[in-house]
Amino acid sequence: MLAEAVTHAASDLPVVSMIGTRAMLFEAPGEFTLAQQRQIWALMEEAGGRSDVQELIPGVTNLMLVFSVPPEQPRKVADWLRHAWETLPERHIKGRLFEVGVRYGGALGEDLAHVAAHTGLSPSDVISIHHAGEYTVCALGSAPGFGYLHGLDPRIATPRKAVPSLKMLAGTVTIGGMQAGISALTGPNGWNSIGFAEVALFDPHRDPPALFSIGDRIRFHPESIEL
Amino acid sequence: MITVLETSALNTVQDLGRSGYRQLGVGTSGAMDPLALQVGNILLGNQPGDAGIEIQTYPFVIRFEAAGSFAVTGVDAAVELDGHPVLPWSVEHAAAGQVLTVGPPRRGARAYVCVAGGLDVPLVLGSRSTQLRGGFGGLSGRPLEVDDALKIAGGPASSGYGALPPAAALSRPCDRGEGNVVTLRAIPATDYHLFTGAARDRFWQTEWRITPQSDRVGYRLKGDPLALQRPIELRSYGIVPGIVQVPPAGEPIVQMADANTAGGYPRIAGVIEADLWRLAQARIGTRIRFAQCDHSQGVAAMQPIASYLDDLRMMVALYRGSVQRRAPLTSGTQA
Repeated sequence: MLAEAVTHAASDLPVVSMIGTRAMLFEAPGEFTLAQQRQIWALMEEAGGRSDVQELIPGVTNLMLVFSVPPEQPRKVADWLRHAWETLPERHIKGRLFEVGVRYGGALGEDLAHVAAHTGLSPSDVISIHHAGEYTVCALGSAPGFGYLHGLDPRIATPRKAVPSLKMLAGTVTIGGMQAGISALTGPNGWNSIGFAEVALFDPHRDPPALFSIGDRIRFHPESIEL
Repeated sequence: MITVLETSALNTVQDLGRSGYRQLGVGTSGAMDPLALQVGNILLGNQPGDAGIEIQTYPFVIRFEAAGSFAVTGVDAAVELDGHPVLPWSVEHAAAGQVLTVGPPRRGARAYVCVAGGLDVPLVLGSRSTQLRGGFGGLSGRPLEVDDALKIAGGPASSGYGALPPAAALSRPCDRGEGNVVTLRAIPATDYHLFTGAARDRFWQTEWRITPQSDRVGYRLKGDPLALQRPIELRSYGIVPGIVQVPPAGEPIVQMADANTAGGYPRIAGVIEADLWRLAQARIGTRIRFAQCDHSQGVAAMQPIASYLDDLRMMVALYRGSVQRRAPLTSGTQA
């Protein structure tokens, strides 16, 4: 059984596990760094060449393989993934740069005070730290077009909320643990809202349908601040 | 063309799902019980991926504006054509103007109304399935409403035959003679060993109850909470239908057809694909139990389903061939 590998979770080795019979999850060891994510992108490209792979779902320092038919010997695929991980160079993607204006705070960024309280910073410090950085789209997922962003300053990292907001607007600028994002759809959301941006992240009739691709970079700038 | 005369919340157009866009965050959607949809399409001589209507709330009433053949699968329910009972799981013929009523199921939860030729809604990102969260696919990306008109892509097919429902044809997994407990085989998943020993045991032993907070996205289960050895904050990872996650409150969620493509809760197990349709047909309040299996058992479990569908295809081909030989001029216009 592959799940026994989980006992190594704290070590330097990747963890490979099956989810049901048709999905395999590869989790990179170590921290959430851009270097790790670039290697996930490399693994994604490599795994995309396998004839048994129907879909790939890159996550944050992990990659899920969805097979067209269940692998006969998952361990062989797991070994292949581990070997590829060890040997592949990082894949550098020269993404586009998006400049995104944010209306920080106010009703659409109602968790700003919570983030400030959690981090021990003032709300305006949270805002300046948030828009000082450059973010990279690591993966798209959860909702159509939603980008998981790397680049959040650890000083403003804030765990997901215990009780999700029931109707967070699409375009809400959020923090979920060490991850940053812009919500893609209006609906329930457990991430902390700190502002709002006027962007349409997904349109199924547009080509490509998602605004962001992996490797794209995002810079935020304040359009307004309401404390 | 068919017109919707009566419907309530959450009846949608679905096919076998939208694959290939998960890396853009687009979940597959598709029929909750893909087996039932496939049976309907096979009976009608449709393509496997043709779209039908998934019914979750009853009664559901439509009018055929032109003659057409249909099959209602998924459930055992009172199905009537202009007030006269017709059989579910069989090919029936409706004349122009006839009204089809699907009443509340005696068994099962989700009915599929399949029509000869399939429903002619636009393909969006390769599928006709309704993506409720994204608001696209199906009919304008939303559940069906009264007065909606749905185009049908084909005419009448030969009728007068049916399928043995899968619930009767396929033996129940790990049947202990407890008629009202649904057993689902599952494989321990990524975070299984991060749960306490007691939680792991309880996961398999508990008769979980399906809560009313269960829908096409996921089934929330009620039972004694499952505890982790210590709390963990996971990085977002890919989700597939069947994954059993345990949020901090400790009660599991089984992700279903409308699952998001990514999530962050610990994963205790994955329900095998062969048993997911049984969960899709289990109603709110039903008790379910997970039975541990391994990968090879999970793979082998698909075999009876494949054989069942193969046999059905063969039976339908024989029947349609024989009808055409006997009455080549009256056996319908299906190419």
